[in-house]
Amino acid sequence: MVTDVNAFVGGYPWRRVPGTAPRDLLRAMDRTGIDDAWISHLPGIFWRDPSEGNGWLLEAADAEPRFRPVPAVHPGLDGWEDIIASAIEARAPAVRADPTFYGIDPAGAAMRRLAAAAGEAGIALLLAVRLEDGRQRHPNDRAEELPGAAVRALIRADARVRLLVTHADRGFIDEVHFGSTPDEAARLWWDISWVWGPPEDHLATLLSTIGPGRFVFGTGQPLRLPETAVARLDLLDLDSSTRAAIESGNARALAP
Amino acid sequence: MLIDVHAHFLHARTPRADWRERNASRLRAGERVGITFHVSSVLGSWGLTSPIYFPSPADVEEANRVQRDLEREHPDRIRGYVTVNPNYTTHAAAEIARGAAAGMIGVKRAASRRADDPLLDPVCAAAATYGLPVLQHIWQHRRRDFPGQEASDAAELCTLARRHPAVSFILAHIGGGGDWLHSLAIVRRVPNVFVDLSGSGVDGGMLEACLAAAGVERLLWGCDLTIDTGWAKLRYLEQLLAPADLELIRWRNAARIFPPGAFGNV
Repeated sequence: MVTDVNAFVGGYPWRRVPGTAPRDLLRAMDRTGIDDAWISHLPGIFWRDPSEGNGWLLEAADAEPRFRPVPAVHPGLDGWEDIIASAIEARAPAVRADPTFYGIDPAGAAMRRLAAAAGEAGIALLLAVRLEDGRQRHPNDRAEELPGAAVRALIRADARVRLLVTHADRGFIDEVHFGSTPDEAARLWWDISWVWGPPEDHLATLLSTIGPGRFVFGTGQPLRLPETAVARLDLLDLDSSTRAAIESGNARALAP
Repeated sequence: MLIDVHAHFLHARTPRADWRERNASRLRAGERVGITFHVSSVLGSWGLTSPIYFPSPADVEEANRVQRDLEREHPDRIRGYVTVNPNYTTHAAAEIARGAAAGMIGVKRAASRRADDPLLDPVCAAAATYGLPVLQHIWQHRRRDFPGQEASDAAELCTLARRHPAVSFILAHIGGGGDWLHSLAIVRRVPNVFVDLSGSGVDGGMLEACLAAAGVERLLWGCDLTIDTGWAKLRYLEQLLAPADLELIRWRNAARIFPPGAFGNV
């Protein structure tokens, strides 16, 4: 069983990306042996109200049993609390927020309230450090990357907060993990979409220093080739139980 | 057969205490992926005694000596580029001559001088003399200067390539950061520039764009610092291409531009 916690549907505003329709995502999953995917609405991230993409997202997930929706929440807009309730009703594994794309403080009061509310409701909050390599972004694509300090601030917002952070590299993960208490670090999950394999062996190092329990399979597809996360695991000498935990078990622990 | 046209090895005289582990990891991962030859370079002292992209003549000589030692140690796995810093033009030409005599098969130009600078011409002439391709470090659409390097972009490399039509140039790491669409639009019209697919970038649509711009005859497979992303791109290409076209990218294009016999009897 392989669960991709970091997949998108819908077009990307900054360049042509093939395979953004739900049926294309399914084909890519079949190609790479991915059983199910937690999907986010990609264009909504760039909208004034990202939750306007949630309706289409929920419909797409409702129509396909291999998808689970990750609705977007903008905590600066009235009514955001209702989205958390509807996400739970839709069996969403998480809600997401992309504060730097929304133009709000990633560690500010609104984001801390969102993190605490999601924690209280028992649903994880998904945060992406980036969507594309900062060196190649469109000249007008100027939102800052999510800073590690924001993740550290949000995990402290409430003792029940659970964060799933995608697109983080080794330096970011090291900073936040070792900049948190053991209790805080135990409520953080990291996807492997941006963690280098050999010869630098960042993923192998993290699995040994932090432990495999904090890592989940994620690809960032279709913005990134899903083959990467699979190849990354294939290049590790993992026993079957550890691999299964990364591929799906840890995600199930985060969102049964 | 699978040839990685963009590999690096480390050595003792660098700041990296883990150099042995990284070298061993590259070879181990290469075995897993099925890499037949790592065509590699050693980039000076990686900052220990001179900057990575502006290596001193002494560091260049030591790096090339280390590279030749690696080739002797792994004659069935490693081939080498001669690293040069063209700011020391006479020294660079001498290093190319020495490397070619020792069986090195290409020239590695890091980011020591802008690629369209006339100072590059003697380096390219030396490469032509020995029939060596030139691997040029490229920043895909450089919009400004970055500390520690005088990076070139595809436009500058193509200017150089037009001045030296007999030399094959390898545009480094199309997935190594930067606007690859900008590079691909330029290399389309310059037949002696080959696109190296290495780099940590695995953007959806990038490989399709490479195929559209350069065709299967001008793409070269490589990894640079991330073998996992190289393997991912190879797996994706297996889905996109017919086996004969995939062979071109896996090794046949490389065998065509490196000196005859560089990879044995292929």
